[in-house]
Amino acid sequence: MKILVAVKRVIDYNVQVRVKEDNTGVVTDNVKMSTNPPDDNAIEEAVKIKEAGKATEVIAVSIGEEKAQETVRKALAVGADKGILVKVDGVLEPLAVSKLLQKIVEKEKPDLVFMGKQAIDDDCNQTGQMLSALLNWPQATFASKIEIKDKKLEVTREIDEGLETIEINIPAIVTCDLRLNEPRYASLPNIMKAKKKPIEQLNASDLGVDTSPRIDQIKVEEPPKRKAGIKVSSVAELVQKLKNEAKVI
Amino acid sequence: MAVLLIAEHNNKELKPFTLNAVTAASQIDPEVHAVIIGKDCEEGAKALSQLPLVKKVIHVEAAHYENFVAENFAPVIVKLADNYSHIVCSANTFGKNLMPRIAAALDTSQISDIIKVISPDTFLRPIYAGNAFATVKSKDAKKCVTIRPTSFDPCESTGGSASIEKAEAGEEFMHTKFIKREEIKSDRPELGTARVVISGGRGMQNGDNFKLITSIADKLNAAIGASRAAVDAGYISNDHQVGQTGKVVVPDLYIAVGISGAIQHLAGMKESKIIVAINKDGEAPIFSVADYGLEADLFEALPQFLEELNKLNTIQK
Repeated sequence: MKILVAVKRVIDYNVQVRVKEDNTGVVTDNVKMSTNPPDDNAIEEAVKIKEAGKATEVIAVSIGEEKAQETVRKALAVGADKGILVKVDGVLEPLAVSKLLQKIVEKEKPDLVFMGKQAIDDDCNQTGQMLSALLNWPQATFASKIEIKDKKLEVTREIDEGLETIEINIPAIVTCDLRLNEPRYASLPNIMKAKKKPIEQLNASDLGVDTSPRIDQIKVEEPPKRKAGIKVSSVAELVQKLKNEAKVI
Repeated sequence: MAVLLIAEHNNKELKPFTLNAVTAASQIDPEVHAVIIGKDCEEGAKALSQLPLVKKVIHVEAAHYENFVAENFAPVIVKLADNYSHIVCSANTFGKNLMPRIAAALDTSQISDIIKVISPDTFLRPIYAGNAFATVKSKDAKKCVTIRPTSFDPCESTGGSASIEKAEAGEEFMHTKFIKREEIKSDRPELGTARVVISGGRGMQNGDNFKLITSIADKLNAAIGASRAAVDAGYISNDHQVGQTGKVVVPDLYIAVGISGAIQHLAGMKESKIIVAINKDGEAPIFSVADYGLEADLFEALPQFLEELNKLNTIQK
């Protein structure tokens, strides 16, 4: 069984994001970039399945600018066997990404496609479901547990009401929740080894997909700031303020 | 053209956030039609028809719609989509799971999780966990939009009398099988809709200490929340998590106890009306969003808090 894992390069989750002064986006120059956190869970799960002898190959694919190669390389360092980079400059919407991934799926013929449930930059939460629709494959979104049962997967999903369990036939798409597993760190020897693993480079135009944006981003602004609050000196004062000033208790 | 609103329900009644989604839909176009797909969900269809903002209800019934599987729902909506300029749904796990499947089938670039309708094609949405707000304009002829329910008021729920039309069910998607749903039952108000939320973080030190939070929650009829750190440390189950990767809450009163205020937590609660922070670290980022900050050891402050609340005799339920 072959597992394709899609990974996205995003601003590191520990970075305080700043809006550009001209309101065209957020500052990305000289900002630390990392793998989108739930994509790390997706890679980890695929590698664990391979280690358990239930998969033969894990392929990491990233779509974006040249530097996204670092993200693919990181996936190779934690256990993916080979990498694919689809180079696209400029804004990419989930619809375009899912169309590119569809082409990669047709080419590589994986049995499973894993990715994070959401990217922490645009917060769209769309790509997995869109890919699943384009391929007409079953989808298991927000997965916090995956069990492989012959040609099926049993997946526990994190939903608003609690947990849901579904069974889907392979081939299938799974989008991963942060609770799925604890991603490993790459060891130095594995980082060195990853440098020798192959990364195939493609251009979006080679795949015949029109990636031009369908959405104009008119402006990006700072969210409205909360007005500064006050410090209270005691619990008694706090309760009085909540009762008499804020009138919430 | 009109807006098609996808109702969220549990086959017995509408989920409360459907009313918020109807409000958002009506701000896009006053001609709102609502579709309800399920098994034996007549009551939900009736409830939709009573919403004054809804002009028409489309009711689709089949046994395979019982468990809201997106693979079954999406083709129904796609088939109805010809008559509509917009498809709208709440951006909770139901809508997040379903809408992109519809958008891809319609070859439309979806706009997720809007917090404001600026015009029928232009919307405001948070990005980077709410650290920036983007104004975006869709160029697609048909627009698929999910809305953040807490950013829109619920619509009136009575007084309407929209017609209910039955529409034909689609085929069952055979590769996805529902097994079970484990709903977390609680006597407390639901985290997403509670008027008061009290949350504990890593500062609670262990799960047992959450008793201090529970007793105050009992007093205030509050829902109990937690930071990701507290959930990861195993102090409390993950359905309590407030934040970018948990639930987004907008209560009248949010009390953060022993929570430092990581970006991802703030994203889930900073729109609350009044925020209280109790933390012994006076430099904790949570204080920057708090209306009332108390720099104190929570193990001293919480018992005092309970005592003070007991002194008040006018606690609202």
